[in-house]
Amino acid sequence: MPVARFWRDIPSRYNLYGSRCGSCGKIYFPTRHICPECRRSSIGRMESYRLSGKGKVYSYSVVHEAPPQLAVLKPYVVAIVEMDEGVRVTGQLVDVDAEKIDIGMRVEAVLRKIGDEGPSGVIHYGFKFAPVPD
Amino acid sequence: MMMREVAVIGIGITKFGELWDYSFRQIGIQAGLEAVYDANLSGSEIDAMYVGNMSSGRFIDQHHVGALIADYSGMASNHIPSTRIEAAGASGSLALHQGVMAVASGTHDIVVVGGAEKMTDVSEEASNFILNSAADQQWESLMGATFASLHAMIACRYIREGYATREQIAQVAVKNHLHGSLNPKAQFQKPIRLETVLRASMVAEPLTMFDCSPISDGAAAVVLCPMEMAHEYTDKPIKVLGIGQASDTLALYQRDDICTFPATKVAAQKAYEMAGLEPRDIDVVEVNDDYTISELLALEDLGFYQRGEAGKAVEFGETEIGGSLPVNTSGGLKARGNPIGATGVAQIVEIVTQLRGDAERRQVKEAEIGMAHNVGGTGSTVAVTILGVA
Repeated sequence: MPVARFWRDIPSRYNLYGSRCGSCGKIYFPTRHICPECRRSSIGRMESYRLSGKGKVYSYSVVHEAPPQLAVLKPYVVAIVEMDEGVRVTGQLVDVDAEKIDIGMRVEAVLRKIGDEGPSGVIHYGFKFAPVPD
Repeated sequence: MMMREVAVIGIGITKFGELWDYSFRQIGIQAGLEAVYDANLSGSEIDAMYVGNMSSGRFIDQHHVGALIADYSGMASNHIPSTRIEAAGASGSLALHQGVMAVASGTHDIVVVGGAEKMTDVSEEASNFILNSAADQQWESLMGATFASLHAMIACRYIREGYATREQIAQVAVKNHLHGSLNPKAQFQKPIRLETVLRASMVAEPLTMFDCSPISDGAAAVVLCPMEMAHEYTDKPIKVLGIGQASDTLALYQRDDICTFPATKVAAQKAYEMAGLEPRDIDVVEVNDDYTISELLALEDLGFYQRGEAGKAVEFGETEIGGSLPVNTSGGLKARGNPIGATGVAQIVEIVTQLRGDAERRQVKEAEIGMAHNVGGTGSTVAVTILGVA
């Protein structure tokens, strides 16, 4: 992915910045400029909002067939995580034994390498999720 | 409300599969010509073309396939309008709906709708990578979610909620391969056993290779015209009774509930209303089984079964040919094959074949009303079409 395209999303990728509607208070990830609930009345009122990074597994899958740039990770776990703020996020689940993952498991965001532009290219960092003790 | 009633008067479809000997333009033309011959057209009557295609730009480095297909169909000198439509897996159905609306509105009389995808000119890995772009490239694919794994997460949650067992989900593949064995155009024509699905190599848990539709080349085409003109071209016109299209969030994770596709419900409701019909009126249906789990969601969202009942219906054989609601008599995306842009049009070809009574070994008895359900992404675009014997 071209550097500028990645760079534009760094606040969301490094620090889980999304949006909060200044009209109804609903939180979104990633950033939205229009609240789907409030539409016109939300325009210009969407505020930057940083998620806590804590949540629980809503669903997951152990991925065995992956595109070339992720092949080195196989098998890896991808999950939909329900954040404590209610909004959901998709990310990889790391530092965990696949057999021990379950729906409802508590996780938190960690900063990891999520890709690169080849062996001598730019490295892309972003969030993944790791389990937290109960 | 439609201004003019629209009929399907011609159908054509290539063999689906790994068609190493044929190029994109060859399969596109083959399906189109078959449909034009089937409609007893000379070619000069054609007013417009619509082509459903997901990603020729990335599969064969060729954009602008509307003009390409019109040109190699011999239409360049007629200068007819030809439009390419893209909505990932729903591209074919959206092309069809554009054609239906063009005829219904009175803009055009004779319209050819094609769908084509040439997927095997790139490696399987590259092909899957292109398919991932039907999801949210930035916030799903780049985060490591493959298209299969998104459906695996649906299946994981669906099983956890108790809506179906793993075996009932896998049974969809067994049923669709059985149907594919009766379809000479299908990519896979051998029945498989439940154990084969369950023990196949894992793609994204719990889904194995046999839960996933294949990488395919193929093309399909239909010819549309106003109902009032249809009998000039065919003795067996099939009427478009209803169409519906809906969209939803691009990313799966932004839905409240991932065990249902609301866009399917909305698109189906629109199509049912336009047709003045209900789920129980449908005799045969083609649904978007890009993954086995998708077929169960479709059967529930289209109103054929209550939530949690579709898995049992498949297990008990209700959705087989000869059952109370034959589903994917063509073999579906799973066994007939899934050349993305062609799929929606191929579904229409199958329903028309059934309603004409030409489906031979896979014929559904007394089929008079059929439905096609076509999905792009994880329920982000859905198109539903209801056809009936005229």
